[in-house]
Amino acid sequence: MRKLVLTALSLVLLVSLALAGCTTPTPQVVVQTVEVEKEVIKTQEVQVIVEATPAPSAEAYPRNETLYTTGVQWGPPSNWNPWNGGGYSIGSVGLIYETLFIYDPLTDTFSPWLAESAEWTDDTTWHVKLREGLTWTDGTPLTADDVKFTMELADPNGAYKVGLAFQNMWKSLNSIDKIDDLNLDFKFKENPPYQEVGFYFMYQVPIVPKHLWEGMSTEDITGGANENPVGSGMYLAELMDQDRAVLVRNDNWWGIKVFGKSPAPKYIVDIVVPSNNVGLGLVLQGGIDLDNNFLPGVASLVKGGYGIKTYYPDAPYMIPANTVQLIFNLKKPPMDDLNFRKAMAYAINVDDIVQNDYAGLVKASDPTGLMPSWEKYIDQDVVKELGWSYDPEKAKQILADAGYKDVDGDNFLEAPDGSKIDLKITCPSGWTDWMAAIQIISRNAETIGLKLTPEYPDYGGWLDSLLKGTLDMSIRNEAQLSSTVYSYYMWVFQHPLETIETAQWGNYGRYENQEAFDLVDQLDRVKVGDDEAIKAITSELQRITLTDLPTIPLWYNGLWAQMSDKVWTNWPSATEGSNHYLPATWRGYWNMTAGLMLLELKPVENP
Amino acid sequence: MGRYFRRKLLIYLLTFFVAVTLDWCIPRFMPGNPIDILISRAGLRGSAVQSMYDYYMGVFGLDLPVWKQYLNFWASLFKGDLGISIYLFPTPVTKVIARAIPYDLFLLIPSILLSWIIGNNFGAFAARSKRLDNSLLPISYILSATPYMWLGILLAWAFCIVVRIFPLAGGYSFAMKPNFSLAFIGSLLSHWVLPFLSLFIVQLGGWAIGMRNMIIYELESDYSHYLKALGMPNKLIRKYAFNNAILPQITGLALKLGEVVAGALATEVVFAYPGIGYLILQAIHNEDYFLLQGCFLFIIIGVLAANFIIDIVYLLVDPRIRAGMAGETA
Repeated sequence: MRKLVLTALSLVLLVSLALAGCTTPTPQVVVQTVEVEKEVIKTQEVQVIVEATPAPSAEAYPRNETLYTTGVQWGPPSNWNPWNGGGYSIGSVGLIYETLFIYDPLTDTFSPWLAESAEWTDDTTWHVKLREGLTWTDGTPLTADDVKFTMELADPNGAYKVGLAFQNMWKSLNSIDKIDDLNLDFKFKENPPYQEVGFYFMYQVPIVPKHLWEGMSTEDITGGANENPVGSGMYLAELMDQDRAVLVRNDNWWGIKVFGKSPAPKYIVDIVVPSNNVGLGLVLQGGIDLDNNFLPGVASLVKGGYGIKTYYPDAPYMIPANTVQLIFNLKKPPMDDLNFRKAMAYAINVDDIVQNDYAGLVKASDPTGLMPSWEKYIDQDVVKELGWSYDPEKAKQILADAGYKDVDGDNFLEAPDGSKIDLKITCPSGWTDWMAAIQIISRNAETIGLKLTPEYPDYGGWLDSLLKGTLDMSIRNEAQLSSTVYSYYMWVFQHPLETIETAQWGNYGRYENQEAFDLVDQLDRVKVGDDEAIKAITSELQRITLTDLPTIPLWYNGLWAQMSDKVWTNWPSATEGSNHYLPATWRGYWNMTAGLMLLELKPVENP
Repeated sequence: MGRYFRRKLLIYLLTFFVAVTLDWCIPRFMPGNPIDILISRAGLRGSAVQSMYDYYMGVFGLDLPVWKQYLNFWASLFKGDLGISIYLFPTPVTKVIARAIPYDLFLLIPSILLSWIIGNNFGAFAARSKRLDNSLLPISYILSATPYMWLGILLAWAFCIVVRIFPLAGGYSFAMKPNFSLAFIGSLLSHWVLPFLSLFIVQLGGWAIGMRNMIIYELESDYSHYLKALGMPNKLIRKYAFNNAILPQITGLALKLGEVVAGALATEVVFAYPGIGYLILQAIHNEDYFLLQGCFLFIIIGVLAANFIIDIVYLLVDPRIRAGMAGETA
């Protein structure tokens, strides 16, 4: 028996050794031509450096033609379906399926993409003119029929009734009329939601080919894997595997003629990186060119000469992408007490979070919560009058004046009615930067005498507490950079408070204020670009958020982007002479200006 | 013989039933609802939500009474259908697992078997030598107490960052497309070496210590002294000692399996190595009942099958059990 085991063992060992031997390239690997063999011998000479790299002939994606990215995919890629909002593989919207326009949040401008132009011919008619000569990658022309079909997918009275994010637009849409192959009119009811038209129809809704999608069931449209996507964009889907998704350049893309250049990388390989240490290691080795994960302490690497770049060469290094806010459950005491919320606003040391948790990678938020790209809307007078800053003494005073005092002598305050205050602040387990942040907030609360314990449930349980409104306090950051400040206020004042939990997106604290809700609806109906009207309405909204504190804006989470100069250069940067596009692979960013970044990249000679 | 196997089989079936039932229950005890996560991730809004919510509840059969869900689960299990992953919607769980499992088997089987065999032989060898015993034993103790994750990070740092011999992440080179070339197999192997080593090294220490202690115990037992008194050669005595000492080690192997699987999960995360380790982690965070069930089902089947094989091996290596069974039938 033992002999048998040993024989088996040595067999296993032999086989593994034999196979392991293959890691170093040997002439056996390629024997077709003399030239190749020469090359192999050369490789062996410099083996010390390229040891882990297999023979060049086996590489499907040569390094100097491939852009390696990470940060969008948290698990194995599963589909190329542009309607699977949070789950589609890299670039499904933006690189494969395209939108009518793209939007640049840094300059607040729309640029034509599939559409050549769009304008309001009267108050309720939106006219769209497509570019000439657009085709799907299967050769079929892309026409007004495809646009009409795509928009009608979400029509609740239409043939498909797909529950897409822009379904609500159909409440104000009468019809979409095709004029000819390139022109269509969107006919709205009175008082159209101009801001949402700009948001959804201009750059959020990806146009899909009618001839391939019209035969599909509603279920397949929203849930299908769409394994062989036929789009119109600059890349084609090539491969999905456990730990990667691959795109290959579309050399027949319409933009090559329009822009006079094609995207530099022939391939984009997006890698699933499950942990920070791996991500950091790959960036340092030049194995990843663009990393959109949060990498703690990256500031020291930018300064340390490791060939890693960020959008800003100095703090805050990253473009602010959304505002992290402290959210309160306003249906529970003592969070329903304005004095309590006000005391929290003065108690939280955001600078401590910025400096010690993020090491300067983020920026403290304006009290209004409006990101720098919306700075022009901030009403400085209102902020001056109602804003706050870190001042724990003042926080203590507010609580004392409101009747909070320590009754039972445990060093923690009790509510004015004498009931104990024992609250929890939560964030998902594993979100390490946020976990550290809520620890700081918890300590800040303790200094003013409030018991606030940090807890880290699983993502699912945490989300459940937000959706069902069972939380005490948490932090959240969903309203991203966008073309309209309406999207930010819709998140803060989401309404109507839906009866079913899952409809909730924003306003997790269940803040109720009809005046604010009306203002938000009014904001939606301001024409895009009418900044004066937007200012007037948002000034009112700022007054409400600063007076009532439904949430407390804390800091701007960054558009995390670490770029390596080893293989590709000319990355987006704030410095003069660089392009100012968004260095992002995230969903929703390719249809901003991230796609243009690919046109600007330049390969490094002899990487 | 037949009775022995019938009894064993019955126990295994019972274990399987209980384990799978627990496997079905536990994810459902988690607070929260996976469909909420699916919908919130898809960014659906307003009136669109209710219809999609109902649709997905139906797709996953979550709108049925619990007992019906449980019965349906068994029914489809026997049809080989594990449902659809919620987290990786719309990929079927069987497909997700089938893509991941080759990596796990490739990692687990060699590391378990090689560490056991080499560890036992090394332990037996070390038990004879004072010098080896004094120097290598403490190292083995440290190794066996090392968390898989920690050793993995150390290895990654040493061999991927400091000396760049091995790649840091992935199942094979990110520049390659899967194909049947030697270069591709080479790439697979070079990505496999470090995850394998981190599992192998930790297990090795445990087996070596166990064996060393057993051998010393056996060499001090009466039969060894008796053999020595009879003037038998040392080699023969040690052979007898080894044969006796290996039995508890086999039992230990069966017990150890679950722990090793858990270790593999950590290792896969450290090396970004594809496999069910990272899937399980994500399935828990996303409350993906079906993926979680599927992954654990694989582990349950794997551990039970391995135990069954060990039972058979026991039969072959331990003459007492064979003798006992012979007595039964007589």
